[in-house]
Amino acid sequence: MIEFQNVTKVYPSQNRAALENVDLTVNKGEFVFLVGPSGSGKSSFLRLILREERPNEGRILVAGNDLARLTNWKVPALRRKIGCVFQDFRLLPSKTVEQNVAFALEVIGKPRRFIRRVVPEVLDLVGLEGKHDRMPDQLSGGEQQRVAMARAFVNRPMILLADEPTGNIDPATSIGIMKVLDRINRTGTTVVMATHDAAIVDSMRKRVIELEYGKVVRDQNRGVYGQAY
Amino acid sequence: MRSNFVFQEIWVGLRRNLTMTMALIVVVAISLSLLGTGLLFVKQVDRTRTYWQSQVEISVYLCYKGDINPSCHGAITAAQLSSIEATLNSMPNDVEKVTYVSQQQAFTLFKSAMSNEQSLVSTVTPSELPPSLEIKLRNPSADYNIVSTAVSGAPGVDSVIDEMTILEKFYNLLNGLRNAVVVVALILVVAAVLLVANTIRLSAFNRRRETGIMRLVGASNFYIQLPFLLEGVIAGLFGWVIAAALLVGVKSLLLNNLQQYFSYNVGLSMADLVEVIVFAMIVGVALCGITAFVTLRRYLRV
Repeated sequence: MIEFQNVTKVYPSQNRAALENVDLTVNKGEFVFLVGPSGSGKSSFLRLILREERPNEGRILVAGNDLARLTNWKVPALRRKIGCVFQDFRLLPSKTVEQNVAFALEVIGKPRRFIRRVVPEVLDLVGLEGKHDRMPDQLSGGEQQRVAMARAFVNRPMILLADEPTGNIDPATSIGIMKVLDRINRTGTTVVMATHDAAIVDSMRKRVIELEYGKVVRDQNRGVYGQAY
Repeated sequence: MRSNFVFQEIWVGLRRNLTMTMALIVVVAISLSLLGTGLLFVKQVDRTRTYWQSQVEISVYLCYKGDINPSCHGAITAAQLSSIEATLNSMPNDVEKVTYVSQQQAFTLFKSAMSNEQSLVSTVTPSELPPSLEIKLRNPSADYNIVSTAVSGAPGVDSVIDEMTILEKFYNLLNGLRNAVVVVALILVVAAVLLVANTIRLSAFNRRRETGIMRLVGASNFYIQLPFLLEGVIAGLFGWVIAAALLVGVKSLLLNNLQQYFSYNVGLSMADLVEVIVFAMIVGVALCGITAFVTLRRYLRV
């Protein structure tokens, strides 16, 4: 589903490579934790998948697309296959929960009938029954992140990228978030989650890829977060 | 394509940016109306020029008894007069008609022209006014040089007054005025372009959260940019509507008043006005649309 072939990414203003010779494959339906200290290249890894950045060397294949060959105007089509969740939720404060999720479908031109049917379904899936008409500021952090996950998942992407989704959430609530991600993963969606949360990684026992200074230092199935941090 | 969604976005954008949008509309309105006024001016000047040129005559003033012009030696003789007339009649391609105005006729014309100035009329006698030949030209703009050089300096000719040279001064003034209007309009157009760019930029900044999400969920560039583009175009259209009203005002209040100075219709037709207004719309929409598009390419990339 995601394939990195000797990918190196250097930002123009920096001496050190953000990613160096990364070579790995994430298969369809996998759940992958991306761990490592700040600046180790986790975010660059996710941005490369989204084609927000382009690698200096190497080849990236995402959902059957060679990103180097993808023309600019085909990028939106790629991004429709990828859902994104962030540490800071990125909800629109002037829209209700339901409108926030519907927005993601409206802007890619889905018919209204379809939106009306699908949005409540996905909101129930992430555990927001009865809160469809709330505004984001009336929700707890955990609930806001659920809205963000509903928005990322509503178009049934093949891949879900999560950049520290539990970074702003207390440990008890994080468990609920992880359950939702697990549920999404069970529908066959590939999930890549960058995180600092050792407890979560240890409890899930999924594949763990550890980055350090832009290099893959560990790639372990049913792994744990690691001792060093 | 969800058109009501796009329109909703435009409305939100225009409202959030209300002061900028209003400034934009006003500047577009003023620049378009000045541009349009310049164009109406051009048309009006052309129209009156055509009129005047068809009326223009060359007056050949002839020597008379007591003429103080040193090239005159007493009144023109009958031989001299017929020789001048013969010269003129030999140019049938240029000269349409030659009319002799005697001193007595000149006095009658003078009296009627100066009927408000009886004190002036009473000091003038027919013998003090020169007789003249009034030449009507076939094609005044092309012919007047040829004809006037042919007769000036001929014996018995006092002076040749070419009405064209008087008119040219008047038209130079009008052209200068028109150029000034167009220059001011162009400066305002530049201001309008900068304002459009700024408004779009502010609008894009105001909605960076929305556009960021749109990018992430895979909205097409077209879908992301269209609301901003239309925002610019709609502001341009509002400005144009105001400009159109101002242009109608310019025509009916200003230019139509010119009519009273002309004996036949030199007024601009409705079609002229519509032409100018449509041109202003094209300029306005193109101006706003292109500027918005170029700005968006810089500020809303994939």
